[in-house]
Amino acid sequence: MIIARILGTVVATQKDERLSGKKLLIVRPINVDGSDTTGYVVAVDTVGAGFHERVLVVAGSSARLAQGMKDVPVDAAIVGVIDTVDVKQ
Amino acid sequence: MQLARVIGTVVSTVKNESLRGRKLLVVQTIDKNLESIGKPMVAIDAVGAGIGELVFWCRGKEASFPFKREDTPTDCTIVGIVDSEQHVTRSEFKL
Repeated sequence: MIIARILGTVVATQKDERLSGKKLLIVRPINVDGSDTTGYVVAVDTVGAGFHERVLVVAGSSARLAQGMKDVPVDAAIVGVIDTVDVKQ
Repeated sequence: MQLARVIGTVVSTVKNESLRGRKLLVVQTIDKNLESIGKPMVAIDAVGAGIGELVFWCRGKEASFPFKREDTPTDCTIVGIVDSEQHVTRSEFKL
C-alpha cells in the first residue's frame, strides 16, 4: 500500500455499470514525511475520504478485495484514512 | 518477496471494514547489502513484526493470502521475520 493525498475528484457519467455509485478521487502518492512526489492515480473511495486527507491506497488486483469492490473493474482503491504516520529512520 | 526493514507505524481509524484489526507498518525495502532501495511502503503485518526488525514482504494479490484471502485488500504484507542480519548471505556473484 502507498500513502497518498487527495487532490481532486473525477466525474464520469458513462462508465462501467459496476462503477455506478462509486466515488472517484484523484490522489498523489506522498512520502512518509508528507512531502509530495510526482504523478497521479485515480482511485475508488471505499471509506468516505475528503480533500487533502492522507489516505492508504491499495493498487493492483488487491483493490478488488476491499469490501464493496467485489467484481468491480478497479486497480486502485482508497481503503483507509491515515491518522498518524510514525517513522523512526 | 523482498527484504525490508520495519521503520515505522501507521494509524488509521477510518478504514475499510475488511482491514479492521490489522496492524499497519512502514517498511523500507533493502538490498542484499542491507542498503535502502526505493521508497517506503505501508504493509499489513501477518507475523507480529516490530520496528527495527528485518523482515520479508510479499507484493501483489498474494499479499492477501495470509488472511481471509478474498476479503483482505492488501498489496503489501509482511510474511516473515529474518532471524538476524547474519542470516542474510551475500553472494559475490551478480544476479
